[in-house]
Amino acid sequence: MKNLVKLLFVAIVIAGLSAFTNGKKEIKDGYKIGDIATDFKLKNVNGKMVSLSDFKDAKGFIVTFTCNTCPYAVAYEDRIEALNKMYAKKGYPVIAIMPNNIAVKPGDNMEAMQERAKEKGFTFPYLMDEGQRVYPQFGATKTPHIYILEKTNRGNVVKYIGAIDDNYQDANKVKVKYVENAVNALLKGKEVETKETKAIGCSIKV
Amino acid sequence: MTFCYYFYKMKVYVLFFIIMFSSCKNEQEIKKDIKVENQKELIVYDFNELEPLLNIQDDKTYVVNFWATWCAPCVKELPYFETLNKEYKSKDVEVLLVSLDFPNQYDKRLKPFIAKHELRSKVVALNDVDSNSWIPKISEEWTGAIPATIIYNKSKRQFYEQSFNYSELKTEVDKFLN
Repeated sequence: MKNLVKLLFVAIVIAGLSAFTNGKKEIKDGYKIGDIATDFKLKNVNGKMVSLSDFKDAKGFIVTFTCNTCPYAVAYEDRIEALNKMYAKKGYPVIAIMPNNIAVKPGDNMEAMQERAKEKGFTFPYLMDEGQRVYPQFGATKTPHIYILEKTNRGNVVKYIGAIDDNYQDANKVKVKYVENAVNALLKGKEVETKETKAIGCSIKV
Repeated sequence: MTFCYYFYKMKVYVLFFIIMFSSCKNEQEIKKDIKVENQKELIVYDFNELEPLLNIQDDKTYVVNFWATWCAPCVKELPYFETLNKEYKSKDVEVLLVSLDFPNQYDKRLKPFIAKHELRSKVVALNDVDSNSWIPKISEEWTGAIPATIIYNKSKRQFYEQSFNYSELKTEVDKFLN
């Protein structure tokens, strides 16, 4: 009997440890191309809660992890707004999510987000990942970090992960517009050619 | 102004001497002199120019840290890399700090930062906008977030997309020293 208790104890410890490492791994793994993205419910800068399921007419989404305080994210603000202007009416709205821990980055708190959204005239929802539960599901590691989702009968399928384009410094010198190319392909019912790209960004603050 | 004048005058003399002795001094030596002078300036590379520094095949262990002045966790861990560079010099460890600051910030922020913090490790700036082409060459694991660090020597290489404290950094570097 004593041995059994001991064995049980060891089993619990092992289970506990493996659960811990799994939890850590989940953040790193996140969604792969072809995965179904889970819906979320996050607070927008206008105080309303926003979910992907609210967008009845959408064909998909340009989910953008971004923030106020990262120079790379700031460099892309106008381009993100332009993407929403161009593609929201075609069925691919931008959904921006601010993933940082605001205790570490007070410049990303709701007030600062509201201010930035007003200042820049964002026409897309700018949501706070309160409790930082959504970005680990996606596997976002930095800002800006884009996930293009296509709405299907199975759910919202991840079709593209990565950067907006190939020049963060100068919008006029961009050679390849990764996000535009991907959405254009999806709108035509074609495969996305470049499914994943890498870009420098600010690590998400935990 | 007067200082400039003297400097100018001196330069003329120096030039005069160089011309005089150019027959004795070979070209390579002169190039070396120029290089020493330039080290006070910020060295800016594109990825092709940086790549050799990530693959040096000698007896040293290299710690390459990707950072930027605006990246708070990078700035926080920078002193640990500086300490490492100092304390591990005798163990043949060399630190290279690769700044990803934007070019329009070199004069405004990066150079003053290097001066203010008296950085002793070698600092270079990487200016190469097409990051999708070079991030995977640094590491397939790298998603592009900074801080990021490579530790390597001729027989071993490890990539870290994370922040370090000093003891963590030492532990990792010690694994390369045997």
